[in-house]
Amino acid sequence: MTEKPTTAKEMAQVETIIGRILQIGVIISAIIMAIGLVLFLVTGQSGYPGSTVPTSMQTILTGVVQFRPYAVMMLGVYCLILTPVLRVIVSIYAFYREKDRLYVAITTAVLVILIVALVIGVYGK
Amino acid sequence: MQTALIMLGVGLFAGIAGAILGIGGGVIITPILTLGMGLSIKYAIGASIIAVIATSSGSTIAYLRDNVLNLRVAMFLEIATTIGAIIGALMTGILDPKYLYLLFGCLLVFSAWNMVRKLRRGQEVLKRVTPDRIAAKLKLNGSYFDKAELRDVDYQVENVPAGFAVMFGAGVASGLLGIGSGAFKVMAMDTFMKMPLKPSSSTSNLMMGVTAAASATVYFFNGSILPGIAVPMALGILIGAVIGSRIMQVLPARWIRIVFIPVLLYIGLQMVFKGLGVQLFS
Repeated sequence: MTEKPTTAKEMAQVETIIGRILQIGVIISAIIMAIGLVLFLVTGQSGYPGSTVPTSMQTILTGVVQFRPYAVMMLGVYCLILTPVLRVIVSIYAFYREKDRLYVAITTAVLVILIVALVIGVYGK
Repeated sequence: MQTALIMLGVGLFAGIAGAILGIGGGVIITPILTLGMGLSIKYAIGASIIAVIATSSGSTIAYLRDNVLNLRVAMFLEIATTIGAIIGALMTGILDPKYLYLLFGCLLVFSAWNMVRKLRRGQEVLKRVTPDRIAAKLKLNGSYFDKAELRDVDYQVENVPAGFAVMFGAGVASGLLGIGSGAFKVMAMDTFMKMPLKPSSSTSNLMMGVTAAASATVYFFNGSILPGIAVPMALGILIGAVIGSRIMQVLPARWIRIVFIPVLLYIGLQMVFKGLGVQLFS
């Protein structure tokens, strides 16, 4: 193995950062979801006609500004989905700092796949 | 309205039960939503995949402190699981729901068998592994601190292509059925790649979130996620998991698991019968 002796320590640091990101991400999305849920329960309306659900980023964001309960709830869900994605992005940076080119490439590949999922989701209807 | 409160309760229950039984919330949620509440299985899967992300992110925080993760193994294998998850999520949209019931039923039966296997597993012995060229090249070998033995354990992995292939399958299952498929992921690392159980299970937990993010993105934008169901469910699970991990320490988890195995089997068969179009008593 040609790893530098600092690697273990650096990795431990990276893992702490990743843990914190996950923690903050989950807490933020939980707060947004809770606000949306309370809005929904208090007003008794989803903010959209019938069983319509806002699914495009644009309708969700305009709905959030207008305090529509379903829009706020969907924003919370989206933040929750983004939390692991953020973790991948931080890992790319961490491997870059370690000068581990192979794993910068591998982790970037994972990120690209996640972006492909986004493109398929948005356009693949 | 009322549904939202019920969902909060279901989530709470799934979170507590998942933590005590050592299985993901998805396996518990989908049967309750479909068999119990008559929701279409596609929406149940959409709600469940969100719950998977919530539990994965929640529990990974605990594992990170224990320092047993293998970040490189996780990243490398996530290439396989995320591609699988996207394919799985796309298949859900095309497949006849009866196959989803069938597959889910089989999954529950498998989970029951897996719990039996876990209960019977004794002390872990580090397997002898032949030095592996691919593993060395990808720097997958690692070490972890064993709390029970109070020492660092170095380990090597082998059979990387087989592990990668099983992980692809685990990704498809995760995207298709809205589950974390932790059991399959652990199997890929533990049985195929000969990684010790502790790093295998915590690494699988870390991978679940990223895998689920891939399929959840597809579900989110194609309208399979109903906020009125998924949101209270996810919140319930987050709270439930915290409560569950607390009470787990004072409860005889082993006995609860033994009691739960026939329940899991029964629900699994119920799902299979639903898929086959046979109505049982309920």
